[in-house]
Amino acid sequence: MEDISLHILDIAENSIRADAKTVEITITRDFEQDLLRIEVIDDGRGMDAATLARVRDPFFTTKHKKTGLGIPFLFQAAELTGGQVTVDSGPGKGTRVTATFHWGHVDRPPIGSMAETILTLIAGHPDREYIYEEREGNRVFRLDTREIKNDLENVPINTPEVLAAIRKMLKEQIKFEM
Amino acid sequence: MAKLTIADLKKIKEEYHANQALREGGFRVKITVHMGTCGIAAGARTIMNTVMEELAKSDKKDIAITTSGCAGLCSQEPMATIELAGEPPVKYIALTEEKMRKIFTEHVMGGKPVKEFALVQGHETTY
Repeated sequence: MEDISLHILDIAENSIRADAKTVEITITRDFEQDLLRIEVIDDGRGMDAATLARVRDPFFTTKHKKTGLGIPFLFQAAELTGGQVTVDSGPGKGTRVTATFHWGHVDRPPIGSMAETILTLIAGHPDREYIYEEREGNRVFRLDTREIKNDLENVPINTPEVLAAIRKMLKEQIKFEM
Repeated sequence: MAKLTIADLKKIKEEYHANQALREGGFRVKITVHMGTCGIAAGARTIMNTVMEELAKSDKKDIAITTSGCAGLCSQEPMATIELAGEPPVKYIALTEEKMRKIFTEHVMGGKPVKEFALVQGHETTY
């Protein structure tokens, strides 16, 4: 993965395939501890203890293939910076993936384009809800598709004009790109 | 919470309802961009972005876009599947922005598959 926004897209796509109705993504820059913290929380079907125990094994997957690289890639990227990843999950309880990266570490990947990640999720699966929040000091940006859908009334959120308007807003408001 | 402006929403709603009257119902084309870990690492998000751009430019209202997981051919990512109503799906491999734009123009809009970029025509299981 070239950047952190692609890791987040990958984790969120896992949430969608776990039948999550809502995916909540939070990115926080912690100046005091020099950390970047990302959190992806879903209300999908969750994992049992046996699955959770093997979550970072690249040769374990619940899909019909031989490898499951997404989570192991995230562990590798975070740990290279002295950070860590925790995965909390239970059947019927959803899943929470938390990753920390040392902001100033030379191996920290760039954050990349969170705007493109959020747009890809909305356009690809408009029936789900997404909450995106980024925090950096006193600055807080929050997007909640439930509020946008409420304002749109019966216009689908994946209508090209709506996506273009959301893209414009995200490009203006999202500050995490480095 | 960041909000779209009232003017943005009003304009979008008016245009949407005006165009709704022209729609015959249902989608003519479904575009699926494969968004497994392998696809994302190979550039699937850029392909999705390209599809969104072309869709906006086309002004068509009968094209659906979605994402799916790994199709089992990781070395051939980024991949996309184009399904025209009543026709078997066509799976495209090793996509770039340029290839996707050509596929959009010729296959999605023109109805003619781009054979040189296609892997196969027909159904398969996606994970």
